[in-house]
Amino acid sequence: MAEITLQDIIQPENLVYEKSKLLTEKPFHYCPGCGHGTVHRIIAEVLEELGIDEQTIGVSPVGCAVMAYDYFDVDFVEAAHGRAPACASGIKRVWPNKIVFSYQGDGDLAAIGTCETIHTCNRGENITMIFVNNGIYGMTGGQMAPTTLVGMKTATTPYGRMPQWPDGTPNNGFPLQITNLISQLPGTRYVTRQAVYTPAAVRNAKKAIKKAFQNQMENKNGVNFVEIVSNCNSNWKMTAVDANKWLQENMLPVYPLGDIKDNFELIKK
Amino acid sequence: MAKFRGAIVVDTERCKGCSVCITACPCGVIELAKEVNGKGYNYAFMANPDKCIGCASCGITCPDGVIKVYKKAIE
Repeated sequence: MAEITLQDIIQPENLVYEKSKLLTEKPFHYCPGCGHGTVHRIIAEVLEELGIDEQTIGVSPVGCAVMAYDYFDVDFVEAAHGRAPACASGIKRVWPNKIVFSYQGDGDLAAIGTCETIHTCNRGENITMIFVNNGIYGMTGGQMAPTTLVGMKTATTPYGRMPQWPDGTPNNGFPLQITNLISQLPGTRYVTRQAVYTPAAVRNAKKAIKKAFQNQMENKNGVNFVEIVSNCNSNWKMTAVDANKWLQENMLPVYPLGDIKDNFELIKK
Repeated sequence: MAKFRGAIVVDTERCKGCSVCITACPCGVIELAKEVNGKGYNYAFMANPDKCIGCASCGITCPDGVIKVYKKAIE
């Protein structure tokens, strides 16, 4: 058998994977190993596969992903801090035939934007919401977010998050499972929680995001909400590989993966 | 023997050397180079090209989308 050289393999007809053409050539400003890049990539792949890049409008948040509009080759709006769902609702109501999605982090969606998130989900706007949860405020330097785990050390909880003082008086509170919270609202059609720490998890996350966009394309009413449990290796003060391992051991027991609600019905576990 | 041979091409100037592709690779193909790119990161490269099966696990986990994966069936 003739020996196959690398030049024989590296030919255009053998290409099985490359970055989506919907991502611009600008390199991501995210830290090495950050899950935001992976989520950007899979959203771009889904939009490309569904062929809806010309009619999609994204709404970017305030947070690490504030410059998402530089990376996607689709129309984008930058919303005020936490107001991305409100902004997306308005766009969808003015242009019902456009595909509108919001992209937010946990400091944006679950802290300052809780009001907008809950009321958008309660109104049942026909939009797709992507929520990247890494349990910390990444851009501002690693302060405690509502989704921070109990005992997790951050810049504002240097001894670990303590929900209550030993005598029972309230202190930092408990991790906010906003995805479970909004799944109780009648306006949400599809609610799921995924992660991007292994190849298998990335594939599942891509399927979930694709379903969230397909529901919107078919003009089915109700919010399609996808939470992605992600890492923040810089502010967790770990390497990217250790952060993914830490995520699996500590984040996933508090934020278990899987569909929570499909077709307006809660999935019993 | 494997029925497929694969190869990856890394955009070394965009690679940030996060090592996520190294843990994602089931065949131990990828390692970080001793040299650095223009930004000072040790970029990923194909250290054991013979073992690559073109599964694209590295490509789909790369946060920066710098890896192109090629796959060829061998007779």
